[in-house]
Amino acid sequence: MIRNIFESAKIALQALWAHKLRSILTTLGIMIGVMTVVGIFSIIQGLNSGFIDLISGLGSDVLYIDRYSWVMEGQEWWEVRGRQRITLDQYQYIQNHSRLASLVIPQVGTGSSVSRREHSLEGVQVIGTNEHGLGTGFGPQNIEEGRFLSPIDVERRRMVAVIGERIAETLFPDIDPLGERITVGRDRFLVIGVLEHQGNALGNDFDTNVYIPYGAFLKAFGAWRSYTIAVKVRDPEQMEDARIELTGLMRTARRLKPREEKDFAINNQEMLLNFYNNITRGLWAAAIGIGGISLLVGGIGIMNIMLVSVTERTKEIGIRKALGAARWHVMTQFLIESMTVCSLGVIIGMGLAAALAVGIDNATPLPTSISLSWAGLGIGFVVVIGVIFGLWPANRAAKLNPIDALRYE
Amino acid sequence: MLIELTEISKTYDLGKEKVHALRGIDLSIQRNEYIAIMGPSGSGKSTLMNIIGCLDVPTEGAYNLEDVSVHSMTDNQLAAIRNKKIGFVFQTFNLLPRANALHNVELPLIYSGLSKRERREMAEYSLVSVGLGDRMKHKPAELSGGQRQRVAIARALVNNPSILLADEPTGNLDSETGREIMSLLTKLHEHGNTIILVTHEREVAEHANRVVHILDGMINEDTITRNGMKAAEA
Repeated sequence: MIRNIFESAKIALQALWAHKLRSILTTLGIMIGVMTVVGIFSIIQGLNSGFIDLISGLGSDVLYIDRYSWVMEGQEWWEVRGRQRITLDQYQYIQNHSRLASLVIPQVGTGSSVSRREHSLEGVQVIGTNEHGLGTGFGPQNIEEGRFLSPIDVERRRMVAVIGERIAETLFPDIDPLGERITVGRDRFLVIGVLEHQGNALGNDFDTNVYIPYGAFLKAFGAWRSYTIAVKVRDPEQMEDARIELTGLMRTARRLKPREEKDFAINNQEMLLNFYNNITRGLWAAAIGIGGISLLVGGIGIMNIMLVSVTERTKEIGIRKALGAARWHVMTQFLIESMTVCSLGVIIGMGLAAALAVGIDNATPLPTSISLSWAGLGIGFVVVIGVIFGLWPANRAAKLNPIDALRYE
Repeated sequence: MLIELTEISKTYDLGKEKVHALRGIDLSIQRNEYIAIMGPSGSGKSTLMNIIGCLDVPTEGAYNLEDVSVHSMTDNQLAAIRNKKIGFVFQTFNLLPRANALHNVELPLIYSGLSKRERREMAEYSLVSVGLGDRMKHKPAELSGGQRQRVAIARALVNNPSILLADEPTGNLDSETGREIMSLLTKLHEHGNTIILVTHEREVAEHANRVVHILDGMINEDTITRNGMKAAEA
């Protein structure tokens, strides 16, 4: 039995080899289908890992009061662009009045540059915050060496900085950065801590962050920026209550009249998750849709070529039957042939998808990856498509009447 | 008795009319006979050959091959009979064009499930015995007509069948090569093979020991040839 299957596979390969161009063209559909499915799957996989890295810093028990919603909720940009900024006074107001918050953290940021002697680094993210500001935003969670901002640093608006790993490496190639001074923007700061390596997620390099006390930020970069107020809720069960409380407090702090629409947003991690899931749901649908259609088209192509092959080789089938081939011999021969054509397409398609994934990985911040499990998926495709679309032609071949087949010219 | 046909009829239903290809054939063939079936085209001799070769089943009547009734067998059972008991030699050789001589001869053995080594040995032996030991790796297109027919004969013999069924084996060959093939068949008969020859040429039929004439689907004449007389005397 096994021996016969090998024999059939060999016959099939010989037949395919005899029609090289036709075999390649036939497998084009399968090739494109597999490439699409595997390609999109690997992109989704890349997005997933990137996204999880990105939002891992946002605690699920933290609400972010911001001028804009992170996810546009039906408003147009022009409707919200005139909103007043969120100020330090409003932060103080929340700090003083919120009963459900355990921590209230101001966050303000700007792109800037850092330098020390001949070393400099452009495009760093400077973040003004308080002593609780580590691990409540995007980026590293831990200190590698030294310490984070202290309450006294914050209170006294000290010109001290906690720097990301890449900044430390760039500005201090030979010496320990702790206790050294660097220039952030136009001002001198004392380095008091270095952050743990974090890497980047979806194009955001977290290792070029600089944390300074928000008062120092005010001195160095001015007071005109809008703040984000991160509020850690004491009891995670009370997230909704906290949201209501904060909305009320902010309306008061921003002196909104009862009929006025709220001109700020309360964001949290969950919103991003939902937004992300919506996007990837679309991607999954696209992958399944495009992949399904091209695999169907590919499968029909294979069925077509198998029908041609059966017709072309009617005489051969007749000869084989006259020499004692039973139905299942003929059937297996053609099924194996259709699976062979199919695997050709799947192998090439997977190769192309792998190339695509590597290309995307190098050309864009998307970390794409192809895992071995795709190979299993590929074998699944081969069996399903090869058998489904090969069944009818193979059955037709197997049922041929030997006399008619022998007479066929 | 090797072959026993009783009241064999074959009717083709073409919708409006029925074509009676065979109308009650009674025929017995013994082991090691060399028999020619003759008849003009349309006489039913091809249909008879197909039934004897288990490529087709009769509409009515009984066919016993080595005391096994084959007239009611399924497709797959017939395939097994063709594989083990019958060797075909066709007018147009019917070799697989893409396979070499050796592989062509191996084919029936593949379907009987023999191992590669056994197949190789048997196929080589068979090719050597028809004088093609030096042409095993040649494809049909690289062989002459006579050589192709020898490959076909080697293929027909490789499974040691009970019957060698030759359908106009010289029809596509020149007279010289045709004579060579006929003497090969005679030699095979002398070695104990049962040969059934289907032909419309008297000259070819004369090689056989017995000639059965078919006309309008019935046996018209069943005679022993001069060869057959000689054999009987000896």
